[in-house]
Amino acid sequence: MYKYDSYDQAMVDARVEEFRDQARRRLEGSLSEDEFKPLRLMNGLYLQLHAYMLRVAIPYGTLNSEQMSVLGDIADKYDRGYGHFTTRQNLQYNWIKLEDTADILADLAKVEMHAIQTSGNCIRNISSDHFAGASHDELVDPRPYAELMRQWSSFHPEFTYLPRKFKICVIASEKDRAAMRLHDIGVQIVKNDEGEIGARFYAGGGMGRTPMIAPMIRDFVPLDQLITYAEACLRVYNRYGRRDNKYKARIKILVHELGRDEYVRQVEEEFAHMLEQGVEPPLEEIARIKPFFADPAFEDGPKQVDRSDPDFALWVDRNTHRHKHDSYVSAVISLKPVGGIPGDATGDQIRLMAKLAKQYSFDELRIMHTQNVVLPHVKIGDLHALWTQLEAADLGSPNLDTIEDMIACPGLDYCALANARSIPLAQRISERFDASGKTEKLGELKLKISGCINACGHHHAGHIGILGVDKKGLENYQLSLGGSEAEDTSLAKITGPGFTEDGVIEAVDTVTDVYLDQRTGEERFLDTYRRIGMAPFKEALYG
Amino acid sequence: MRVLTGNDLKTGDVIWWTGTSWSRHVDDAADAGETAEQVLAAEEAALRVNVPYVIDAIREADGSVRPAHIKDRIRALGPTVRQDLTLKPKDPEAIDWVI
Repeated sequence: MYKYDSYDQAMVDARVEEFRDQARRRLEGSLSEDEFKPLRLMNGLYLQLHAYMLRVAIPYGTLNSEQMSVLGDIADKYDRGYGHFTTRQNLQYNWIKLEDTADILADLAKVEMHAIQTSGNCIRNISSDHFAGASHDELVDPRPYAELMRQWSSFHPEFTYLPRKFKICVIASEKDRAAMRLHDIGVQIVKNDEGEIGARFYAGGGMGRTPMIAPMIRDFVPLDQLITYAEACLRVYNRYGRRDNKYKARIKILVHELGRDEYVRQVEEEFAHMLEQGVEPPLEEIARIKPFFADPAFEDGPKQVDRSDPDFALWVDRNTHRHKHDSYVSAVISLKPVGGIPGDATGDQIRLMAKLAKQYSFDELRIMHTQNVVLPHVKIGDLHALWTQLEAADLGSPNLDTIEDMIACPGLDYCALANARSIPLAQRISERFDASGKTEKLGELKLKISGCINACGHHHAGHIGILGVDKKGLENYQLSLGGSEAEDTSLAKITGPGFTEDGVIEAVDTVTDVYLDQRTGEERFLDTYRRIGMAPFKEALYG
Repeated sequence: MRVLTGNDLKTGDVIWWTGTSWSRHVDDAADAGETAEQVLAAEEAALRVNVPYVIDAIREADGSVRPAHIKDRIRALGPTVRQDLTLKPKDPEAIDWVI
């Protein structure tokens, strides 16, 4: 794990004191809300439906046990005993007091954490593959490059007031587990024909009200030009991205309106110019960062588990991922118990996960954008002991990548932007499918639920997506099918007229029936949809 | 009726204008009528409310106040998925009131 140097720590500490002063001035009345709002947003503090909400950055989803434990302590000390893991690999607290916020930021700073750039029109938390540094199929660990980009993008003076927020994702395997092409910039670390490591760039992806899949804009950028190329991408966007209409201000609109080729031409022109300016950090910097992400001291051990307990065997089959060392796996802790709130964890659960990471995973955890937690390096021989403790804490649901492992945004239960509730749908669907035993029959099926068009619940990328809308003051839900945020990225298509809450749950049941009836061989729901198209699903839904 | 609502500056709690002060209970809300915007500006300037706005609501026969829009009913009660965190943690019908 990356450790702050004195510069990092001084920067974060100074920001805490700066915010403490800003909050004091707001509470005293010398700052108006209009003046204070952009300042609090720069520190991740929103005003939501019921209270202030604080979003804490977890860079590329990686954190250690001490950090995780502090997140649990903050939940108990300052919030109402829980936190919510988000689709940007961050954590949100829903019940924060303005008068406590600087103290919370100070507690975070003590363990090298902050809430900087978790809001506002700047480069947000860099996301990555939650199995980075552990997975069997990655080319290299992408996190050193994500860390380099984090350092470059933190307080970057030129990119503090972009036309709109900007999200970057860095991965290093052909398998996309991070929705890379649905980011403003996607960076895939690749190897070229000469065997050199470099970066493939995608730009102009995103969800929201105008979903777009990022086109590839450069097949290979040498690693000693990585930051320069990223800066060129941002510069063209910062210069020409629209500022007159927030709904057309994301880079995806610029790339779409210019056309991919013209955007690339302008980036290349800027890139050539910038190469002459020498803005690239020296390669020594990436060499300095890399050792922080060195492999822990893996040991040989058992390669298989005792499968005599069927519940344990099911959890192993569902919730573990193949590791690069054959005596280890990455274990996924599901935050989707049947009927639970996706992504929520109590202070006790958060501290338990921290303790288990220390005990079984070399002190490391990862947050998934699908709102689960990963222990990246678990000995196969330790899995049963781990699972036993998870089960006892309601953290052992064996449902990874099933319909019960849905993404759901906070929706109208918490979010000031939402039009409809998301969480009750998630709860009812998981209860229904678990009770009927249908989850098992369906296999991999990615359900994603958003409470408004901003798409924090990634509904555009769901095999089945649900979007909550306001229909004359009533909650209504649009159903969509065929999305994917994996390497075969696709955008879901709306089935037709929307449904009530009860109706959309029936509709999900109906489309899964169509799949079970029509599938051949080992087809997943998405495969069947792509083969047979929308018509049979529409016929079943609307007659 | 026209009701003033906003958030407490320090805590962020949802609050409702009672005619003389602010309450955390929507049933205490008063009809601000034509004075709503004037009260709103004065209270915000005095730092007694943050991000205030005016909503439509109806007063029920039992005297309770029901905001017209579901968003404000959820604000009035709390999250429908955590009844323990609402203002009526032991009222099984409270969630139905929102919907």
